Amino acid sequence: MARAYVPMTAEDRESMLSTIGVGSIDELFAAIPPQFRATNMAQLPPPLSEMEVVRTLTDIASTDVSAGQVAFFRGGGAYRRFTPAVVDEIIRRGEFLTSYTPYQPEASQGTLQVGFEFQSLICGLYGMEVANLGMYDAGSALAEACLMACRVTQRERVAIAAGVNPRYRRVVETYLRAQGIVIDLDADPSGAALNEQHACLVLQSPDYYGRLALRDASIAERCHAAGAVLVVSADPMASALFRPPGELGADIVVGEGQSLGLPLNFGGPYLGLFTTKMEYVRQMPGRIVGQTQDLDGRRAFVLTLQAREQHIRRERAVSNICTNEQLLVLAVTVYLSLMGKAGLRSVARACYDKAHYLALAVDALPGWSLSFPDSPFFSEFTVDAPLHPSEINRRLRGQGIVGGIDVSEGGANRMLLCATETNSRAEIDRLLGALEGMAAR
Amino acid sequence: MSTSPKDVLPPLIFEASRPGRIGTDLPVADVPAATGDEALFRDDLPFPELSQLEVMRHFTKLSQLNYGIDTTFFPLGSCTMKYNPRVNEQVARFPGLADLHPLADAPDSQGALRLMAELQALLAKVAGLGAVSLMPAAGAQGELAGILIARAYHASRGEGEQRRRVIIPDSAHGTNPATAAMAGYTVTEVRSDREGDVDVEQLATLVGPDVAALMLTLPNTLGLFEKRIAEIVELVHGCGALLYLDGANMNALLGCVAPGNLGVDVMHFNLHKTFSTPHGGGGPGSGAVAVTSALADFLPGQVSVQREDGSYSLEEPPRSVGPLSAFYGNFGVMVRAYAYIRALGGEGLQEEGEAAVINANYLMARLSDAYDVPFQRFCMHEALLTGRKQRRNHNVRTLDIAKRLLDYGYYAPTVYFPLIVEEAMLIEPTESETKEAIDAFCDVMLTIAREAEENPEVVLSAPQETPVRRLDEAGAARRPIVRWIAE
Repeated sequence: MARAYVPMTAEDRESMLSTIGVGSIDELFAAIPPQFRATNMAQLPPPLSEMEVVRTLTDIASTDVSAGQVAFFRGGGAYRRFTPAVVDEIIRRGEFLTSYTPYQPEASQGTLQVGFEFQSLICGLYGMEVANLGMYDAGSALAEACLMACRVTQRERVAIAAGVNPRYRRVVETYLRAQGIVIDLDADPSGAALNEQHACLVLQSPDYYGRLALRDASIAERCHAAGAVLVVSADPMASALFRPPGELGADIVVGEGQSLGLPLNFGGPYLGLFTTKMEYVRQMPGRIVGQTQDLDGRRAFVLTLQAREQHIRRERAVSNICTNEQLLVLAVTVYLSLMGKAGLRSVARACYDKAHYLALAVDALPGWSLSFPDSPFFSEFTVDAPLHPSEINRRLRGQGIVGGIDVSEGGANRMLLCATETNSRAEIDRLLGALEGMAAR
Repeated sequence: MSTSPKDVLPPLIFEASRPGRIGTDLPVADVPAATGDEALFRDDLPFPELSQLEVMRHFTKLSQLNYGIDTTFFPLGSCTMKYNPRVNEQVARFPGLADLHPLADAPDSQGALRLMAELQALLAKVAGLGAVSLMPAAGAQGELAGILIARAYHASRGEGEQRRRVIIPDSAHGTNPATAAMAGYTVTEVRSDREGDVDVEQLATLVGPDVAALMLTLPNTLGLFEKRIAEIVELVHGCGALLYLDGANMNALLGCVAPGNLGVDVMHFNLHKTFSTPHGGGGPGSGAVAVTSALADFLPGQVSVQREDGSYSLEEPPRSVGPLSAFYGNFGVMVRAYAYIRALGGEGLQEEGEAAVINANYLMARLSDAYDVPFQRFCMHEALLTGRKQRRNHNVRTLDIAKRLLDYGYYAPTVYFPLIVEEAMLIEPTESETKEAIDAFCDVMLTIAREAEENPEVVLSAPQETPVRRLDEAGAARRPIVRWIAE
């Protein structure tokens, strides 16, 4: 039967087997012990035509309610963004989409130059000296940052401040437990409790509850005084507005690239941003693009410092990472190129202004108050509500509104609300109207 | 696909930047500007400013400097560069899948959860194993999940402290030992014998009660099926260790073997190899991990389960090794793999696996006179040749042959891997290529063999037809320039 993805015809098969010098494919499988020569393919469903594939996936997708179908106010590490059309046009181009890791640089200058531009942009955003080509997501990037801190300081203890996204914290635990590295949780975010055993303090800013935890260089100074490094996880969009961690003494800065215009995609693929200082570059995981020249003196780009990586150093590599998230590196680079200096500032400002507009108005509702009224925040903030978040969300959902995240383990009826550039004033006012109706009942 | 080296390469976005330009028009603020935090704001954002056409043109021109499967045959061994179906790109963009927040309420994400549950079940069937987690974001992360599962399993039986070693063949991909080290193990290497299989006699001396696992690639990185797999399994299980399968070469097994039937305890898949999801220049991938039912409790992160009332939810297995990323894995990649598997069905996967093996053996047959073949046996889905003959007779190396292929509009095969074979060239045509395409590639390989003999200079100075010629890679590492700095 003719198959679109498998062009071998019966005629081809016969001719090729003849050239190989066998009568049937069984002879090619002769090395396989006969008792193992079986697959379960008969138990899988029958093939589908392209039309039926589309129908099947349409049915599946239609039972979901996407963020765009409701007024959406939920964040927690993934943010609703507007992505300009050019981004998708570029990442759909076959020369980018279907290309391979740029190990043959002469055939990959597109991917490599994009990588160099990406590294430059992310360094500029975070105020850091070197960026890699990204890791899987912010959680695994944070875990790898902790491992790197241990290598750099030759210490085996890590302090994680309260306020780090609990999902990221669990990923760090998974990675570090395997190497016997000790983790101190709920560490003092000022860095005052660090001692000579600690490789790093891990801080998130804005933190999981929206609060700006890093505002000056004092925390970095305390870390360095203890011989430790400061690892910061920062929403890159926040760094478009606030002083970036690199200007405040951070040694390793990681974050979630999804916030730079990538689709929500039910949690992935995302992009772990990873930056550090040049003095630590040889301990940094992940791929790095460097500038060089070719035989004729043309500027060109190439993967460099590969001696850190698994294909060269094997068990002595700084990380096992191989395939990363390169197509998303391209998407972010296109997004940032379209936005530019003014555009990114404008989007960040919109997130900040809308979140503050919402926060001030919620705080003014009877029965509602900001959980941390003295703390600066960016695009998310926590409120103490008159009802449990699950009840609030149930009522909101009935009105076509998706409310915030239940963070009531930190305080009675506490909820984490988010507003981004995609929330119109009308939507925010509609949310306020709905919340007002829930006050003191 | 050749571009004259005299084409001008696009400038960097920073060099093309001019103040006052912007690539997208933004809305006017509809809420008042908040005040009070100005002291915390940054002074400036060192970003370029470009118009939309400039951005479109810049990245379009950059794309034209790349080779991709859409334009070029990628004979990369171990990478399975098969066709990336476009319908998968279309369905992955349905808003119900692409515009879904990971923390959406369960009733709003039943479609996504159902897709994950079905994909888990399909992969479990293909593997011949009991349970699957889709969480790992790439093969290397799948390996890490698998070795952490082995670690948790041994710990649960009170043998965690005692089992500190992982055995890995010398032909293994570098991620294997790197993974074992990340998981806290020491690595013991087992040799390959003269026929390209794991040296079973040596393996027998290496197993013991202090071994946690053997990491095996099947077929191995030489493209060969381990003839003595039954003995290997017995030795591993006999000392109480687990057998881990690196599923990078799964495309070869689709038509002939279900790993669970062999005695594999835990394995990972590379969805971006075997199941057609695009390589994207280096990702995103997806490294689903499959285990026997006995190990299901240890799977990483959350798996999609169907409850009694028919609805789906995400649940973390009771003794999970923990999550490896913040959410559930590369869902967008899962959608593409799911669409591919549904398109082919069991019947199609069986056929494509067989076609992949026939294609590789045909290629081997056509090239085995001109090029040195280190192992005189049928290969699976990839053919291992070397440039030893060319180096010995004409001082032309595998590297030069690879670069000359670029001149003919082909991407190079995998070179100098596996490390245990000198001047290795690992060639994997995949089932996507027609007989004519393979013949055309072989014709060029034969031409290059002839050039090596009659006109070696043209091979040694390759590539000449690509946008840039050979690069100063040593210089790049000696004085790394890793970002643009304004003068």
